[in-house]
Amino acid sequence: MSMVAELFDFLNSRKKLWLVPLLALFLVFGGLFVLSQGSVVAPFIYTLF
Amino acid sequence: MIVLGISAFYHDSAAALVRDGEVIAAAQEERFTRNKHDPAFPLNALKYCLDAARIEPARVDRVVFYEKPFLKFERLLETYLAFAPKGFSSFRKAMPLWIGEKLFQRDMILQELKAVAPDLAAREKLRFSEHHFSHAASAFYPSPFEEALVLTMDGVGEWTTTSAAIGRGNAIEIIKEIHFPHSLGLLYSAFTYYTGFKVNSGEYKLMGLAPYGTPVFKDLILEKLIDLKADGSFRLDLDYFDYCTGLTMTNRCFDGLFGGPPRKPEEQLTQHHMDLAASIQAVTEEIVLRLAKSLREETGQTNLCLAGGVALNCVANGKVLREAVFDRIFIQPAAGDAGGALGAALAVAHREGDLKRTLPQGPTAPRDGMKGSYLGPEFTQDEVERRLKAAGAVFAVAADDESLIEQTAQALADGQAVGWHQGRMEFGPRSLGNRSILGDPRSPTMQKTLNLKIKYRESFRPFAPSVLREKVSDWFELDVDSPYMLLVADVRQDHRKPMSEAEKALFGIDKLNVPRSDIPAVTHVDDSARIQTVHADTNPLYHGLISRFAELTGCPVLVNTSFNVRGEPIVCTPEDAFRCFMGCEIDLLVVGRCILRKSEQDPALARDYKNAFTLD
Repeated sequence: MSMVAELFDFLNSRKKLWLVPLLALFLVFGGLFVLSQGSVVAPFIYTLF
Repeated sequence: MIVLGISAFYHDSAAALVRDGEVIAAAQEERFTRNKHDPAFPLNALKYCLDAARIEPARVDRVVFYEKPFLKFERLLETYLAFAPKGFSSFRKAMPLWIGEKLFQRDMILQELKAVAPDLAAREKLRFSEHHFSHAASAFYPSPFEEALVLTMDGVGEWTTTSAAIGRGNAIEIIKEIHFPHSLGLLYSAFTYYTGFKVNSGEYKLMGLAPYGTPVFKDLILEKLIDLKADGSFRLDLDYFDYCTGLTMTNRCFDGLFGGPPRKPEEQLTQHHMDLAASIQAVTEEIVLRLAKSLREETGQTNLCLAGGVALNCVANGKVLREAVFDRIFIQPAAGDAGGALGAALAVAHREGDLKRTLPQGPTAPRDGMKGSYLGPEFTQDEVERRLKAAGAVFAVAADDESLIEQTAQALADGQAVGWHQGRMEFGPRSLGNRSILGDPRSPTMQKTLNLKIKYRESFRPFAPSVLREKVSDWFELDVDSPYMLLVADVRQDHRKPMSEAEKALFGIDKLNVPRSDIPAVTHVDDSARIQTVHADTNPLYHGLISRFAELTGCPVLVNTSFNVRGEPIVCTPEDAFRCFMGCEIDLLVVGRCILRKSEQDPALARDYKNAFTLD
């Protein structure tokens, strides 16, 4: 939970709370991807993340 | 104040330790794990830094990570939003990684630190520094300047891709930034990808390929791909790139513009690829020069500090030097992300320790604070002998440094390739005479031998010279310190050899086989060389070796290439050096005072090294 609170504080300090609904949506989708994948492995391609 | 800096989780993980502003130790994780560009938490490098500083973990005042994960996440979210619904495939790959790991980086780092020592893992000790601020700090704080313009350029950190700052005393103030997706580093990487090299690793190959080509696409790049302003600021036309939303650097529009799909890795290189390399190199130089000139004019600063991956483009650096935009230039030797660990540590040390900067004194002027970049592990003579014996090596021990230098210099003058493992390992991507393979630059066959029989790498790639600082202007069109091999200059006219008409007509790589100077092994096809000046005060043994070689041959220059084969991290330990020696055609290995001749080794210890590593 501390990460969620930290992230909220961060977005608040950046005046970007408008990203929160989007973030929630992304977290749901992302969570589903995590569950469907089984393991979290960086893809063997060039990425900017 | 003792500060530990860490870079990790992307590529080139590293750790660095700074005590009261003095750089004590720094190393990349890949050197310990033997996994090139290792992105894992730098556990081994961190332990080494603590050992080298001889301190208990509890005495570390701050631990600092080189970038801010939340800010990077913000960039990702906003980028996906801006391009939606495009980018779903990238989103699908990125989100599990972030939700599963990267958003929890604070906890991950604390957990890893706890595994090293519970005393290190205090939440209140942990700091995060912005990526480009880390780069800026890595360039300014160790520089020999009281005041300077600090220019950082790379692919991307959080949002920033290019930043300009003023460093003054112990403070750095960012004055300008260019933000993602507009990035000089990513533009260069797009061409790296398109010409079939690995992104974040093959950029220097593209730079080495450029002199074989003609910049015929320069105008096309400037017309279609990038809107370059007079002051060097720029915007990319994202219609030609895929990196914002996809899993590749370029797209079909890019293919259409340059006449076909990207080259596949290891496919034949053609003149087309060489022309592309020459073109993007010319554009990069133009951008860097415009940025440097406009910032010089705007700020009035006379000293320049450079860092970020683009600062490893030594050809562009050489252009900035030659155009005399600034009086003096300092380039951080670990200019890539590994150096971010050092910069982050220095930034926090100066901000929270309120330190006064003191510039180390060199023989004639202040020296930079990087200690020659010899910041990695070293091994005592007893340890070397014990380790080599355990590895099954057969060796003789030189009586003293003088005898060691004499035997090595003789072998070099006889045309042998020598593995040279001495003192502390270098920090950064270059070998600077402590973990190096050395050769005679006068030999017309040395370049080919080193590339094909020792390094097992592409035949077009040039080698760099190490030259005595006091002799550099006798051999090259350069008369400043270049201790980190980050400046390119031409071989002096009186050492060049004119090419015949038939030789001039040779195509691309064939030109490399024509001896174009008295030191053909280190002269590129455009007569340039990536120079390392060797200084008696930072590396007396290596300086002594080149001096003796000069007495024997009249040439104060050696070929210096990193001690590894293609795809292998540079050797760290005596065992790594012995393994590499037994896996390729190095004739003589010198580790500390131990001298190993190939003919005396047990043939059963020879190994197939050529295919031992994934190609880079």
